[in-house]
Amino acid sequence: MRLILNGQARDIDAHPLKRLLDVLREDCGLTGTKEGCGEGECGACTVLVDGVPLCSCLVPFAQVNGADVLTIEGLGGDHPLQRAFTEQGGAQCGICTPGMIMAALVLEPDAPLDSVRRALAGNLCRCTGYEAIYRAIQNA
Amino acid sequence: MKPTSVPTSVGRSVARKDGWAKAAGTARYIDDITMPGMLHGRTIRSTVPSGRIRAARLDFDPAGFTIVVCTDIPGRNVIALIEDDQPCLVERDVRHLAEPILLLAHADRDRLLSARVEIEYDVTPPVLDPLLASTLLKRLRIEKGTLEQGFDEADLIVDGEYRTGHQEHVYIETNGVIAYPERGGITVRGSLQCPFYVQKALKTLLALPAHLVRVIQEETGGGFGGKEEYPSMIAAHAALLALKARRPVKMVYDRVEDMLATTKRHPSIVRHRTGVTRDGRLTAMDIEIIMDGGAYVTLSPVVLSRGAIHAAGPYRCDHVRIDGRAVMTNTPPNGAFRGFGAPQTQFATEVHMDRIAEALGLDPVLLRERNALRPGDSTATGQLMKEDCSALEVLREAVRRTSFDEKRRAYRGTHRGIGLALFYHGSGFTGSGEVTLASKAALELTSTGVRILVGSTEIGQGTRTMHAQIVADALGVPYESVEAAQPDTGAVPDSGPTVASRTCMVVGRILQRCAEEMRQRLGNLSPADYYAQHGRLMIEREYEKPADVTWDDASYRGDAYAAYGWGCDVAEVELDPDSYEIRPTAITAVQEIGRAIHPGLVAGQIEGGTAQGIGYALLERVVMRDGGMANAQLTNYIIPTTLDTPPMQVVILERAGVHGPFGAKGIGEMPIDGPAPALVNAIRSMGLDVRSIPATPELIMELTCG
Repeated sequence: MRLILNGQARDIDAHPLKRLLDVLREDCGLTGTKEGCGEGECGACTVLVDGVPLCSCLVPFAQVNGADVLTIEGLGGDHPLQRAFTEQGGAQCGICTPGMIMAALVLEPDAPLDSVRRALAGNLCRCTGYEAIYRAIQNA
Repeated sequence: MKPTSVPTSVGRSVARKDGWAKAAGTARYIDDITMPGMLHGRTIRSTVPSGRIRAARLDFDPAGFTIVVCTDIPGRNVIALIEDDQPCLVERDVRHLAEPILLLAHADRDRLLSARVEIEYDVTPPVLDPLLASTLLKRLRIEKGTLEQGFDEADLIVDGEYRTGHQEHVYIETNGVIAYPERGGITVRGSLQCPFYVQKALKTLLALPAHLVRVIQEETGGGFGGKEEYPSMIAAHAALLALKARRPVKMVYDRVEDMLATTKRHPSIVRHRTGVTRDGRLTAMDIEIIMDGGAYVTLSPVVLSRGAIHAAGPYRCDHVRIDGRAVMTNTPPNGAFRGFGAPQTQFATEVHMDRIAEALGLDPVLLRERNALRPGDSTATGQLMKEDCSALEVLREAVRRTSFDEKRRAYRGTHRGIGLALFYHGSGFTGSGEVTLASKAALELTSTGVRILVGSTEIGQGTRTMHAQIVADALGVPYESVEAAQPDTGAVPDSGPTVASRTCMVVGRILQRCAEEMRQRLGNLSPADYYAQHGRLMIEREYEKPADVTWDDASYRGDAYAAYGWGCDVAEVELDPDSYEIRPTAITAVQEIGRAIHPGLVAGQIEGGTAQGIGYALLERVVMRDGGMANAQLTNYIIPTTLDTPPMQVVILERAGVHGPFGAKGIGEMPIDGPAPALVNAIRSMGLDVRSIPATPELIMELTCG
């Protein structure tokens, strides 16, 4: 299967029905994408596929053939959202953080709080009560 | 030479030590780690809540599998904790659903998961209702004054029963470990709160000395008590498989197994009978607590103890009797969960206080003001309140900040409500617990600064950051020059478990003493210069009981905790008259915690604990069917999302305690004590007689429609 992964063309040999989450973690060594529930409820495994945030635990690998896939590793570590999460305490235990950041990437700059809440409604965090995550996104 | 002026870090929200790696996705959790030759492990569990195993049959080709049964256990078949009554693997009698029976490992996960094991049982009738339970796991009684005299002084007696349900932790990272044979012993890496608890359990199970059992904490994706005792079980299973296979074995639960098999918050039934004068003075409090411990003792005695000690709430009353029981049912053992019994009992007390106010026709704020503990008053265990007793301050601040009285009047007769809860939470282990633990902490010089050596774990709350701030300021060095060693039983001293709101106040204080001693030893040299000139320097210190803290285990009287945090939550809600949903619209949390070492981390604890409390009150219903969780998935066990959490106003008050570092008291657990009673009291203000949680739409519909 051929796809653009974090900006680079890649040929990846994996079973077409393998979950994208497992292909990323096991075949590509990209362990920044996390599994929280395996049923599309928690959003910890969120990645962007052609710019759209999706739960990679629900996506069979075949479905991203030819697609542009972006994971947390593709942000390079110094993205304004990553800096803001660090500065504002948006990450506590950190397991939901990559998914949160990927879901937040598609928000317009200066998005109002209501839009932020709606954009993150599919991403569960059990540590922060979401408040520090809003502070991070609004300060990014 | 040492820099003459180093900016202090205590009181500032400095950058978290672990922030960057977590935001970058490079922080390494247990499921991110693989080892050469690693197998995957799986637990075969009981499918009945009570019975006797008649036969077990492997329905697969065992070639390539490692199989462990209870007779493979080299030491004692127990998970050592308090009573050592819980087996690691069932020998014959099954006491709950999803109880571990045998273990499998295989290199190929798909083959492992498709292996079928048939187990036949002689089923026996389970006990599922705690009120019908005949086996007592623990009973305790707290008595103060003479109850009869207190009731004689009363003008009115108000009684009531209050119930709370199970609550599932839903740390977003499930339980997981990797175990591997090393140097004639076993090493376990995992997602866990208490490496030394795991070490203790494995020593007993494997009959190995401490130095051959090494436990290392990897980055941990949330705990909330759910990784206090349970990791000993999963570590035991992985260790048995690894020792038999002579290869590394990884066990990471999927969400269903994690929810079905691991611990939850104890459900409770609390009955109050309270004497009160016409003007609202509490004269007698008779409180009965029943907690459902599940199938084994595990931590129930101490959960019950903390629950009972907090059961009279932050109120003065001369005549109190608290009678607590933890009982056995054929359900998976309930265990540690943030708050540890106190959220259950304070839910009852605070809803009961509103019912007393209703019975007297008295304002709920006034009733609380009249009875709130003040310096010089004593608690149910006879503990004298000192100057840092802030019950009145948090109450008044919360009422003022929210315009409580005006809103209460304005919302009358509408579908809106407002309610409050006043609460407190003891920091550190209960009673003589800290003396028994005798925790240790150490500091060592490095070529660039200083390294913290503690068994306390970072599980998201900010341990590494907060400890580094305390050390930096006590030693007079920059925060950036302080690092924390990875918790590893082979490399750090036992600082006690990371539980009980003790990591800052108790372990932080030991570290402060280490740093003060190190500062003296360094003289005028910086850590790096001292290291260059004199080499290694390590300072280790042990917990010292403050002289003015006394406790008697036999009579259950004295200073139950060295310090208390104080809180008042105000919740506003809206009822949807079509769906019967209760929507929280605003929540204010005023909490007095001594000193905020890191205000950002403190706010994080309060906001996160408050959100968990909102879920506990309104959304999180564990449906138990035939002894097991029927909704063991995130699809139908609902925790708060961004759309379920209202705007939060957090107010941190500081009134330095005397025992913690820089005046700090504990904060980890307290925020979850208040939201549930505040929300239920807000619902009650709309005329709905809610006395149990979760207050789901079904319950509200029943109350509305009769």
